[in-house]
Amino acid sequence: MAKDNTKEAPKIERNWEELGLMMGLEIHQQLNTQHKLFCPCSTELIDEDFDDAIIRNLRPTQSELGQIDRAALQESLRDMTFKYESYNQHTCLVETDDEPPHALNREALDICITIASLLNMKIVDEFHTMRKQVIDGSNTGGFQRTGLAAINGYLDTPYGRVAIESLGLEEDAARRVDSDGEYTEFRLDRLGIPLAEITTNPSMDHPEQIKEVAYMIGQVLRSTNVKRGIGTIRQDVNISITKGARVEIKGVQDLDLMPEIVEREVQRQLALIEIKEELERRNASVDETIYDLDEVFENTSSKILSSAKCVKGIILRGFDGLIGKEVQPGRRFGTELSSYAKKMGVMGLFHADELPAYGILQEEVDAMREFLKVNPEDAIIIVAHDPDIATAALSEAIRRAEMAFDGVVEETRKALEDGNTEYMRPLPTANRMYLETDIPLFQITKDMIEPIANNLPELPDEKKARIIKEYKLSEDLANQIVRRLLGDIFENILTQVKVDSTTVASVLVADLRDLKREGIDISIFTETKLVEIFKLLESGKISKDALKDLMIATSKNPQKPAEEVANDENLTLLSEDAVIEIIHEIALNNKEMIVERKMGAMGPLMGMSMKKLKGKADGSLVNKIVKDIIQKHM
Amino acid sequence: MSYKEISKSFLDTADVTVGDTVKVLKNEITYEGILLDRSEDAADSYIVLKLSSGYNVGINITGATIELIEKGDRPKISYEEDIIEKDLNKDNISIISTGGTVSSIIDYKTGAVHPKFTASDLLKANPELLDLANYEVKALYNILSENMKPEYWQKAAKSIADDIAEGADGVVISHGTDTMHYTSAALSFMIKTPVPIVVTGAQRSSDRPSTDAFLNIYNSVGAAKSDIAEVTVCMHDNLNDGICALHKGTKVRKMHTSRRDTFRSIDSEPITTLKDAKVNKVNLPYIKRGERELELSTDIEPKVALIKSYPGIGEELINYHIDKGFKGLLIEGTGLGHVPDYLVEPLARAKDENIAVVMTSQCLYGTVNINVYSTGRLLTDAGVISGMDMTPETAYVKLAWALGKTDKLNEIKEIIQTNVAGELNKSSSVKYFLN
Repeated sequence: MAKDNTKEAPKIERNWEELGLMMGLEIHQQLNTQHKLFCPCSTELIDEDFDDAIIRNLRPTQSELGQIDRAALQESLRDMTFKYESYNQHTCLVETDDEPPHALNREALDICITIASLLNMKIVDEFHTMRKQVIDGSNTGGFQRTGLAAINGYLDTPYGRVAIESLGLEEDAARRVDSDGEYTEFRLDRLGIPLAEITTNPSMDHPEQIKEVAYMIGQVLRSTNVKRGIGTIRQDVNISITKGARVEIKGVQDLDLMPEIVEREVQRQLALIEIKEELERRNASVDETIYDLDEVFENTSSKILSSAKCVKGIILRGFDGLIGKEVQPGRRFGTELSSYAKKMGVMGLFHADELPAYGILQEEVDAMREFLKVNPEDAIIIVAHDPDIATAALSEAIRRAEMAFDGVVEETRKALEDGNTEYMRPLPTANRMYLETDIPLFQITKDMIEPIANNLPELPDEKKARIIKEYKLSEDLANQIVRRLLGDIFENILTQVKVDSTTVASVLVADLRDLKREGIDISIFTETKLVEIFKLLESGKISKDALKDLMIATSKNPQKPAEEVANDENLTLLSEDAVIEIIHEIALNNKEMIVERKMGAMGPLMGMSMKKLKGKADGSLVNKIVKDIIQKHM
Repeated sequence: MSYKEISKSFLDTADVTVGDTVKVLKNEITYEGILLDRSEDAADSYIVLKLSSGYNVGINITGATIELIEKGDRPKISYEEDIIEKDLNKDNISIISTGGTVSSIIDYKTGAVHPKFTASDLLKANPELLDLANYEVKALYNILSENMKPEYWQKAAKSIADDIAEGADGVVISHGTDTMHYTSAALSFMIKTPVPIVVTGAQRSSDRPSTDAFLNIYNSVGAAKSDIAEVTVCMHDNLNDGICALHKGTKVRKMHTSRRDTFRSIDSEPITTLKDAKVNKVNLPYIKRGERELELSTDIEPKVALIKSYPGIGEELINYHIDKGFKGLLIEGTGLGHVPDYLVEPLARAKDENIAVVMTSQCLYGTVNINVYSTGRLLTDAGVISGMDMTPETAYVKLAWALGKTDKLNEIKEIIQTNVAGELNKSSSVKYFLN
């Protein structure tokens, strides 16, 4: 959810066209299959304690190594030991990489054929499962299995036609779990769940457009057999502006945040371009030496510094003031440097221009500047940690600082909850893929495609149009029914009871939502329960106005038949005679008003009657009785 | 090029060969990519392109047209050979490859995996090995382990002996895992060795980041440098990448189709385990480095059959082997070493025709004892030799090796029942089961 600084951020009307904004989407959607893509395990996440843990290493394969370079290898082997949580029953040897993958899951392929058909794509003749190198530990094999299922599709949107470049079918990665142990830890439950990967071309040019397209693709996906709920769909956004560079933002959860993420990424790219230009003006440079500062801080009272094995620093010549320059709300250029350094295992960096702080005194800062013989226009960055980690972290900071002279760097970044982004890793240069020889090539024939293509699920827009026409709903109600995936339950209820369709729709989209907001567990309102309630309305036992009260009462006692609840809560309709009697009494008490205002008394009398009857009489009946009584008095 | 008939003539129309960049037009879609080879057993009338996205895609050429964009070379990958300086302070370890790959390079342009066999390849992929020793690496042959034959054991044994004679301080054999335990048994009988001979391999191929090859070979080199001058198998001890077990070459068996820790000691326990190429606590007595002189004895009789007894087995199975001129029969009996009583007669016939018959148990664990039940005693009378606590595979190899030395049944019995290379235990132990 957007945090406070979203509101604080000044809304700048940007000229996107002039900036040359270009965006593309990559959407990953978990499929709701019985089994995983290459093994018979279920596709549900497991919350039980794991049964076993396996420790594994991954090694980069040969083509990535080139010449013998011990240092490079050591670097690549850093943090390459992983721990995998497995289950005796819920996971198998395929996930632990101790058994070859089983045949491709046909159910998953069929869902892909459905999605491809809905997105007007061409399905490939033969599906080849590939191994895509991923050595961050999220795949036990060191590669993700993936294949191209369809290409060349399109989706018509309010912003025009968007080209859908490709649809891939692949395995989801293992689930990262928190660990205070020495290894990066994953749980194997998610590994192997089928994922559809949809890639648009990078032609979108307005932040609102990308949100709309992501939404529409999501709607298409949700009309097929896909998983629902948090984490089952993941959106990545590619963004570039003319003077900037392509940046891939991973894991955008909230579609409403998408335009904000785009705005903030553009803001960041523009700030980095400014920094580059300023650095050039200043003739700035990065000093590649890493300085030992233990001497300076020998007697420091700063706990952070004194508890570390060493303190080291670097000098960024001519960078003064730029480290603190804001690139995104609450994130400075220094944060960009830190996020590179953090990958080496430090908590963060100290920038001299934020000192004195953290128990470091002004005199120590002065002594450090003296010791390093820096000029006022130079910036200093220090880190306190074990010597090799400190050195590695500062080397990364140096590397990132040098990149500042190129302006924007191609990166993969992670979406943060407030709309900002954080560095994850360099953009992969090219997909490192080769054939998965353990899986046979799979021919997708006409016989497989046609039955699916001839029996496609209704798309959201078609469904909305049909619901408006068939049930005479307002555009707004129909829209909400479809957007919130209530179409099936809505139509099912109406096949079982003859009540006003708008009433059913309002209960589904408005009343249930209100109840939920009041903290009521609405999961008890199954189709059967709702039909039971609407039957009372159909047979005239309750009024429309009593529906919500009856639902509240039912939620407290879901086992009890709705009719009994209505009786107990006194929510059933009164007989016509009883209603006449009550209204008569009200009329008697207001005789003067009726005489004076004649039909003008209609409104007040209706109000008083309805209040008194509290949903125990139908509104139209009350209206008729009130009218009769006034006419009698005239 | 393995394209055939329909697809080949299609490609020929545009003079296209593997490695070329092409454009294929079909049903209004254009595919552009590099033409890849297609495996021989895949369906005809499809061609394979690698698209710029990295994905391979198979295109049915029915109704398609093809156009050459750019000629390309059939991709080849090699690196420059580096000269690796020998360090006189380090042991000289000989690595012999018999199949499978010691390392692989993946060409991501085409997705081809290039198996590599040279020292330089191995050390490029696993430079940590350089910390441990100097290496001589040779590719003896390149066969799938299921295609292994007794004559290859002889060739390997001779090659190993040559390396030892030339001063190798230890030998590591890389081998496919399927029949690794047959080879380790054969080498155990054929070579009396003054230095360690370690057989190793991988359950996950070396082109994968998760390969177990590195840990296995790294610890194998550690074992080859150790004091344990026996033929051993060094493979993952458990599912973790951490510890390898060092099994006696005659007491080990592949026990799982796919797990990394598939090799288990049977009727024994690993001599030791290794971590970071260092020997841990030793569990079993072993022959020490330099204790024995190098001696080679590679004669072998290949006409030996391995027959498993089962309910309903027919006597014609035994008679067939007798009629076909087999010199030895290795029986995998049930329980303590039994076969149905009607097999006693054909087995006695085998003896009469001077065919050696050795009994082991399909239980795998435990010792054969054919004196407990009457059928067993009948078998003894029929000349069946007890294989004692040998695995069927080790006993099979030993029988073939014994037949290479003599065709006299009493001498064969003597050889079978005399410990040559740790294959027979003096006594059983509660520890020797499912470990």
